[in-house]
Amino acid sequence: MNKISDSAAAAVKDIKDGSVVLVAGFGDIGVPLELVHALADTGARNLTIVSNNAGTGEIGLSRLFRNRQVSHLIASFPSQAGADHFFAAYAAGGVTVELVPQGTLAERLRAGGSGVAGFFTPTGYATELADGKEVRVIDGRGYVYEKAIKGDVALIKAHIADIYGNLRYRLASRNFNPVMAMAAARTIAQAGRIVEPGEIHPDDVHTPSVFVNQLVEVSA
Amino acid sequence: MTTGWTDKEMAVRVSKEFPDGCSVNLGIGLPTLIAGCIPEQVQVFIHSENGIIGMGPDPEPGKEDSDIVNAGKKPVTLVSGASIVHQADSFSFIRGGRLDFTVLGALQVSAQGDLANWRIPGGKGVGGVGGAMDLAVGARHVFAMMRQLDKSGKSKLVSRCRFPLTAPQCVTRIFTEMGVIECDSGEFVVHELAPGVSEQQMREAIDAPVRFKH
Repeated sequence: MNKISDSAAAAVKDIKDGSVVLVAGFGDIGVPLELVHALADTGARNLTIVSNNAGTGEIGLSRLFRNRQVSHLIASFPSQAGADHFFAAYAAGGVTVELVPQGTLAERLRAGGSGVAGFFTPTGYATELADGKEVRVIDGRGYVYEKAIKGDVALIKAHIADIYGNLRYRLASRNFNPVMAMAAARTIAQAGRIVEPGEIHPDDVHTPSVFVNQLVEVSA
Repeated sequence: MTTGWTDKEMAVRVSKEFPDGCSVNLGIGLPTLIAGCIPEQVQVFIHSENGIIGMGPDPEPGKEDSDIVNAGKKPVTLVSGASIVHQADSFSFIRGGRLDFTVLGALQVSAQGDLANWRIPGGKGVGGVGGAMDLAVGARHVFAMMRQLDKSGKSKLVSRCRFPLTAPQCVTRIFTEMGVIECDSGEFVVHELAPGVSEQQMREAIDAPVRFKH
């Protein structure tokens, strides 16, 4: 078993046109920048991106929007200051957006990684984000049905990995990483350092190796 | 002439609502001022929905850690005893009814307690909702902290929200530069007037039925 790729480019080279790609991070924190940049370099097109934000400046998801590689975005807060390449791609009509409350986005991913088809949440009930969705009153409270999200690929940023793919995150860069790592058919993680098995104590593993398919070391 | 509270004084007033040991989530904008106003003898765990429970003050210049940011993506610090959670757990904490208080900015609040704070209709682009809807349905106490009038002088306290809702019937208390107000089935109930604000001025600054609690 060898999960380790020589480079970010080698790790992402098989991502196909039309893939659903889960990209971890909150703002620019915890975003697997090197993997995203390598994906931009592959030229893969017609991607569906699931991410909290839509990139800022010239880095991260901004590159995919700049290259017009994204046809659909599922996000909670895409309209962040600095998301100029996303704004331009959206204004040009090349990308559709599904706006999802942040907690619903996280829970839809958790459901996707857990074999759960969907769930009823009070978030969004009686708002325009519930339009067209099934609603139900349970014990006197209104709920909205939300479907699980599953990805073809997840791009993950870890602080440390071992060679089997056990991952540890650092501080608030953890954010969407653990739920996305579980919600894709193929999970690719970049890590600042890759160590031998046992160097991460079992109690300290945040994402177990069984969820990780590929690894690449990216010096921090 | 209305005097009322400055932004800082509003923040100090809100901070008096927090009992020792409670958890608080502060929205982006005015509510972030509250973090610096909590009395030292009161221990409050500040939650940031990107995954921090136990957020501390701003870092000293040069001491920023790029992996510690708040919901506005600004560098912050962690207090001793803080914990980090992933996104799904962070929102389980909110939606599961464990978060004691959230203080949110508001575009409009209705007399039924409906909150509108995420999108201005007709605005350009797709907007962004972030964690606002989860906080509004999940926290035990949902406070709105806001200027009472918009830039054109119209009241943001209205009979019915014209802006898209964040959540219906969720706001439990409103703090503005003019005072402290609650919503009670179609009526705004003024609990407290800021210094120098008259009942008449308060009445004129609310676009819905008003009652004063004496």
